[in-house]
Formats: sequence, structure tokens, C-alpha cells
Amino acid sequence: MTRLISYEKKDTWIHRLSGFTKLVFFLVWCITSALTFDTRVLVVMLGIGVFIFLSSATKWKQVDSVFRVILFFMVLNLLFIFLFSPYEGTKIYGTRTELAALPFGIRLTAEQLFYEFNVMLKYFTVVPGVFIFLVTTDPSEFAASLNGVGIPYSVSYAVAITLRYIPDVQDDYRRIRNAQEARGLDMSVKAKLMTRIRRVASIIFPLLFSTMEKIEVVSNAMELRGFGKRKKRSWYAKKPLTRTDKGVIAFVLLFMAAAMIVTWADGSRFYNPFQ
Amino acid sequence: MEPIIEFKNYTFRYESQTEPTLRDINLKIDPGEKVLVVGLSGSGKSTLAHCINALNPCSRPGRSTGTLVVGGKNPAEAGVFGMSSIVGTVLQDTDGQFIGLTVAEDLAFALENDDVPQEEMRERVLSVARDVGMEAFLDRSPGELSGGQKQRVSMGGVMVDDVRVLLFDEPLANLDPAAGKHAIALIDEIGREKNMTILIIEHRLEDALYRAVDRIVVMNEGRILADAPPDELLCTDVLNRVGIREPLYLTAIRHAGCTLRPDDHPSSIERMNLKPYRDAVCSWYEQTAPEAPAETGKVVLSVRDVSYEYRSGEPVLKNIHFDIYEGEMLAIVGKNGAGKSTLSSLICGFLTPTSGSILLDGSDIAPLSVKERGERIGLVMQSPNQMISKPMIREEVGLGLVARGVPDSQVTQRVDNTLKICGLWPYRNWPVGALSFGQKKRVSIASILVIKPRLLILDEPTAGQDYRHYTEIMEFLRRLNRETGITILMITHDMHLMLEYTDRSIVLADGEQIADTTPAYVLTDSSICERASLKETSLYPLAIACGISRPGAFVERFIACDRENRRNLFGEKPHGEPWEVQG
Repeated sequence: MTRLISYEKKDTWIHRLSGFTKLVFFLVWCITSALTFDTRVLVVMLGIGVFIFLSSATKWKQVDSVFRVILFFMVLNLLFIFLFSPYEGTKIYGTRTELAALPFGIRLTAEQLFYEFNVMLKYFTVVPGVFIFLVTTDPSEFAASLNGVGIPYSVSYAVAITLRYIPDVQDDYRRIRNAQEARGLDMSVKAKLMTRIRRVASIIFPLLFSTMEKIEVVSNAMELRGFGKRKKRSWYAKKPLTRTDKGVIAFVLLFMAAAMIVTWADGSRFYNPFQ
Repeated sequence: MEPIIEFKNYTFRYESQTEPTLRDINLKIDPGEKVLVVGLSGSGKSTLAHCINALNPCSRPGRSTGTLVVGGKNPAEAGVFGMSSIVGTVLQDTDGQFIGLTVAEDLAFALENDDVPQEEMRERVLSVARDVGMEAFLDRSPGELSGGQKQRVSMGGVMVDDVRVLLFDEPLANLDPAAGKHAIALIDEIGREKNMTILIIEHRLEDALYRAVDRIVVMNEGRILADAPPDELLCTDVLNRVGIREPLYLTAIRHAGCTLRPDDHPSSIERMNLKPYRDAVCSWYEQTAPEAPAETGKVVLSVRDVSYEYRSGEPVLKNIHFDIYEGEMLAIVGKNGAGKSTLSSLICGFLTPTSGSILLDGSDIAPLSVKERGERIGLVMQSPNQMISKPMIREEVGLGLVARGVPDSQVTQRVDNTLKICGLWPYRNWPVGALSFGQKKRVSIASILVIKPRLLILDEPTAGQDYRHYTEIMEFLRRLNRETGITILMITHDMHLMLEYTDRSIVLADGEQIADTTPAYVLTDSSICERASLKETSLYPLAIACGISRPGAFVERFIACDRENRRNLFGEKPHGEPWEVQG
């Protein structure tokens, strides 16, 4: 059974990269995407993102429902930008090319459309990165990398163990939901939305209690084997940086520098096709 | 020799409780000894174990008097970390204690915490993996391992620390019979090879005795009631008094009217001298009338040639075909991954068969939704905590009716009635949180019964329960079955359950149905047992040794006779509650 957004063991060059590299790449990538509004840079980033996604052999099923949620929020975001600031594009690009008249005296401008297109591009440049990072990084190795960049190991391990138990919790959720549905608590689309929301509580509580039980066992087991004994901890899963790792880190840093230079060449964050 | 573990007049009371859980414990264990501690839940045996590894009082605060020395240290002062290098604890939950993402990482966990460099860590992990026979599985994730393999990893995970004492807290609780047998054998081998002190806390005495132990310590109500070599202990009536199940073959010999003698080595059916008992057992067998076969009612559920594949070409179930008759109590048995849960999911409608059909009262249930099936087929999950979502008992039991739009007056009446049937009437206004595990289990059964299904499916109804609670739950189900006529299907790998409480067992192995017959015959057929990861009942070698030509019949007669005895032993009314069905 395919599980949502959880690590799956595969053997691609992306899986072989160290968690540290992926973390650095991911952070630099997000910062770059946040800083630039240059359409050319964004398009290149989107292309690279798609390339990485494809070469990671990630199945669409692993991510599609999360993708839909992101898509929903993106559409919402674009809509609200338009409702609250319909002439944002005009302000930014300094021209006004009206395309159509909308109700309430609002005019649809090419500048606004282009601006919102850029916002959308930004979403799409980051999204594959998030997916790849989550589905190709071994949680323990990720913890090792977090610890490697200076985050205390107890925090790093907490993150890893959360990721480690996500699939278990998903399985529990499915089992509990099935049993409650058989009891008559219909949670399918047939039931009314409000009823469904109320009934989800009948899954959440049992799920919470069985998870709490598990947490107690896990924390006892961890303590019995000396977790927290010393100030430092070594990591079995830690991968040394390979040449590919160094190459990827160098690439993303250079890419960021290049992107910044291209973006600011004309003294503005925005690429302006209107002037 | 200096004992490695020594309790002297030791008393322990949890801070949250008014009465001590351990009283006047005096116990000496020498290095290299192998000791089995038995007792019911609540007898203090786990508390005893957790005093040794310092979880008490370090994780669960409490006060103690007297002294306890483990490996020259006082656990309360050394703390959990201090003790972890002397005592390795293997917990009963094989999933919960699997911390790492792979076998290798889990084995390395203790070393990581000791900041051992990666190179050295890899060597030590490999060597301990060899000790527990898991070197070929280093990269596997817990989901890819069987229960027995996970337990090997747990063992390795504590041995990697070079501990001197291995402490097993109910090692058999989550294992199927065959895996349990292997676990006990492995514990024995490791103990000998590494000359370790082994302490096993377990209530399944017969399974734990699969390999010899030096001593058995019996605990009851916080005290040590007996501390003797197994051969001696098994000849006394201490176990029966406490409510621990003695090995079945011994019960059979006692039934035949014999008195056991320590010199005959009763602790192992293989080594036991059966000569003095043989004639009595044979004549008992000949004199006991076989039980009349139960009459079969009409067919309630019919599974017709059902197959199921998750992905095409990977069948999980192949051509399953059987009928369930009205008023039957039957079991689906097989090891984890044999397809038992998949089969119940198909019956309940959570999954759809790839081919074949399922008929309920003669009509195909394929068009029915999960909810519609739920009105006639009730599913009770393994742990009540997986089902209970309301704070009050009444609300919880009535939940299924309210959701189905049954009018309030009827809900109250049906809930009251069900609470009475389930012996929960005295607690009707209690919050669920105040109930014991067994009572919660009954609440979860009541919440399904209230819907009045034709067929009740229970997933591992007795998992993790000791003999007394097991008997309590099973006797409850049997009464329910007899008094309300409800058909009960249990998914289990508990051999005692299938032998003692079911009329028929459907055995699955690797997705195939390999038997559909009486449990007595399943458990005396070595090829079925092997394929389904079951264990032959110890009555089988007894029957063979006594020259009884039909061991299956011997087992059946004994079980019928034993059922009566057990009822007398534990009584019909747990907690002295009225069982009358009212209304």
C-alpha cells in the first residue's frame, strides 16, 4: 500500500546523496525562490525542479493528495491577491494594459496576470523540492544531518522518530476508520460535511490513545538503551559527503549567486516584459 | 559466588499507589543462572523486573525499603543509564521497541548513544547480528520482518552493550507459537554461549519451559510464593492456586488420577519418564466418552473461492472457501502475514475480493456498503483503545445506534440490555477511563453487540492477557455465544484459545487455506502446524508415548473434560456480577 509523503527506499543518485546535502540544497533553493521574482530564473528553477523530481523515481501516488492540498491553497492565495490588490501588477511593472472589465469596476490587467503567474511559478519551484526532500531522505540520516548542522541531537532525533512512525500512524488510522465505519459512523462522501467532521473525532481519539501507548513504550525502550546518556551521540546512518554531494552543494550555491546576479542586473527583483 | 542480583527484604510502593506492589522480596540470582518468573498481571512480576533495570523508581517514581544489589550497584542510584550497561531489557512489544529504521540502525542504537565511532559501531553491529542470526537482514525495515525476527533484533539491540544480565519482559506475548519456540531456543543458546544471567518474566509457563530453566519463581500479590527448580515446582499445586496454567500434558496426567513425582522430570515432555503414568492415562482415555459432535445450524456466512491481490500477480489470498454455521464459535488461525486480517477485511467490506464471492444468509454481500454490512457483521478490534472514542460508557456503547438514527428511547433500552449481558451494568455511569483493560474490552464488545449483528468477528481477543483474564474474556464470549446464539469468528494465533473454545479452525498459510477441521486434529498434525507456524500441542507426544493410536481423539476428550474443570476453577461470574439477561 502506498503511503503519503513518507520515505521510500530506492536507489537513485538523489537517494544516495547525504541528508546534509539535501537539507542545504532545499534551504538555498527556497531562499533563492523567495528572493527572486525574475520570471526567467523561476522558469529555469521549475525546469530543474521537474528534472530532479523525475530522476528521483518518485511515484505520483506518493504525493498526489498532498499536491492537491497545496494546489488548493495556491489557488486560494492567487484569488485573494487578486481580490485585495487587483492592481499589484500595475504598481510593480509601472504600466497598465487593460484586458477586460470585471464587475465592481475592476479591470483585469495583463500586468496583474503576469504577476500572479510569477507567484504561481514560485509555488511550483518549491513544491518538487519539498516532495523530493521528504520521500528520498532516510529519517535517521536526516536526523544525523540536522545534528551535523548544529541542532541538538534530542531535537534531531525527535524529528526523525516522528517521520519514522508516520507510516505506522497512517496504518492505525486506516484500521480505526474502517472499524468505526462498520459501526455505522459513515465518513464517506455520502454523509453530510458537518456530520463527517464530528465523526472524524471518533477516529482521532482512539488514534491519539493508541499513539500515546506506543510513545510510552518507545520512550522506555529508548531510555533503557541509553538515549540521552551523553552530550554527544554518533550516528550509524550518517553518510560522509561524496564528490556528488560536494558537487550538488557547489552547484546550488553558484546557482543562487547566478540567479541573484540575473535578477538584480536591472536593479529590481522583477523581470519586466512590459517596458 | 557473589550473586549478580540480590533482593533483601525488599518492598516497593509506587508513588501513585497506597499499597506496596512488592512486599518482602528475598531473591538471590547467581551469575549464569536462568530463572523464570511467573505470575498473573498485577502480581508484581513486571514491577520486580523494572526495579532491576531501574525504570522503577527512575521513570515511575516510588519508594522502597530493604536492599537491592544488581551487579554490585544499587539500581535506584545508578539510574536507568547506569544499569543499561549491566542489564539488557527486552520489552514485550516487538514493534514499539524497534526504534531504528533498519535492523542495523536498531542494533546500533545503544552504541550511538554511547558516541561510539562509526567504524567500530559497524563492526560491533555485524558481530551481534551474527549472534542473533540476523546478519542477512541488516538493511531491512521493521515492516519487512516477522515478529520473531523483530524480537531477535531487540535481543541484539541490548546485547550490543555487553550486558551481563538479559531481562525478558513477556517475550512470548506478541509471537506466534512457532516463533515463540524459536525465541526460547535462542534465549537459551545465547545464555549458554555468552554465559549470561537470564531472567524471563512470562505467564505462559509451558512455552517458556520449551528449554530448561534452573528455577521458577512464582509471584502472587506482590510476594514470592515459591522459588524452586521446575521439576519440584510442577509437582505442587502452587500454580493452580495462583491461576497460572501448568503444561497441558501434566494437566492430562493429573486428570488420569496420577500424582506427579519430581524424579520423573515433569518439566519437559521429551525428557519425562512416562512409564509410571502410562496405564492410568490409557485407561482414562478409554473410559472417557467422546464428546458428541455439535449439531450444525444453517449457514450464516459462506466464503466462496475468494482470492485477493493487492497488486496484480501478488495474491494475498488464494481460493479461500468455507462456510460458517449459525451459533458456531470458530477460529481463523495462521501466522502474521498469512492473510487472516485481509480475510476479515474482505468480509467486512474494507477490501473487495479480486475474485469469488461472500454470501451472508444466502445472498451476495458485494453490493452492500461497509456500514450496511456492519449491521449484520460486527468487528471488534484487538485493543479496545482502538475503538473507544467517547468518555462515558453509555455513550460509547450507544454510539453505533445513534449514528444509525435509532430513536433515543430505543437506544437507552438496547444499551441497558447490552450492558447487562456484558456484565457492565454496575459500571453503567462510569467514565471509560476508570475501567480495567478487561472491562474496556467488554465495552468494545458491547458497543458492537448493541447493533445486534449475526456474526461477531474478534481480532486477537486475548492478545497479551494472562490465563485468568484470558479465561474471563473467553468464558464471557462462550456464554454470549450460548445465550444469545450469536456466531463468533475469532482471528488468533493463540493455540489454547482455538483448542479450548472453538469447534472448528480454518488454517491459513501463505494465503492458502490448508485446513478446515477440529482444532484437536490441527494441533496433532505436524505438517499443518509447521506450515501455519503453530506448535503441536504437548498432548500429542503424551498420547504417542502412551501408545494411544488416535492422538486427535485423545486431545478432544481431554479438552472436553478440561473445559468443565476450568469453569469450576474460575467460576462462571467474573467479579461476582450478575449475568442474567434481562429485558
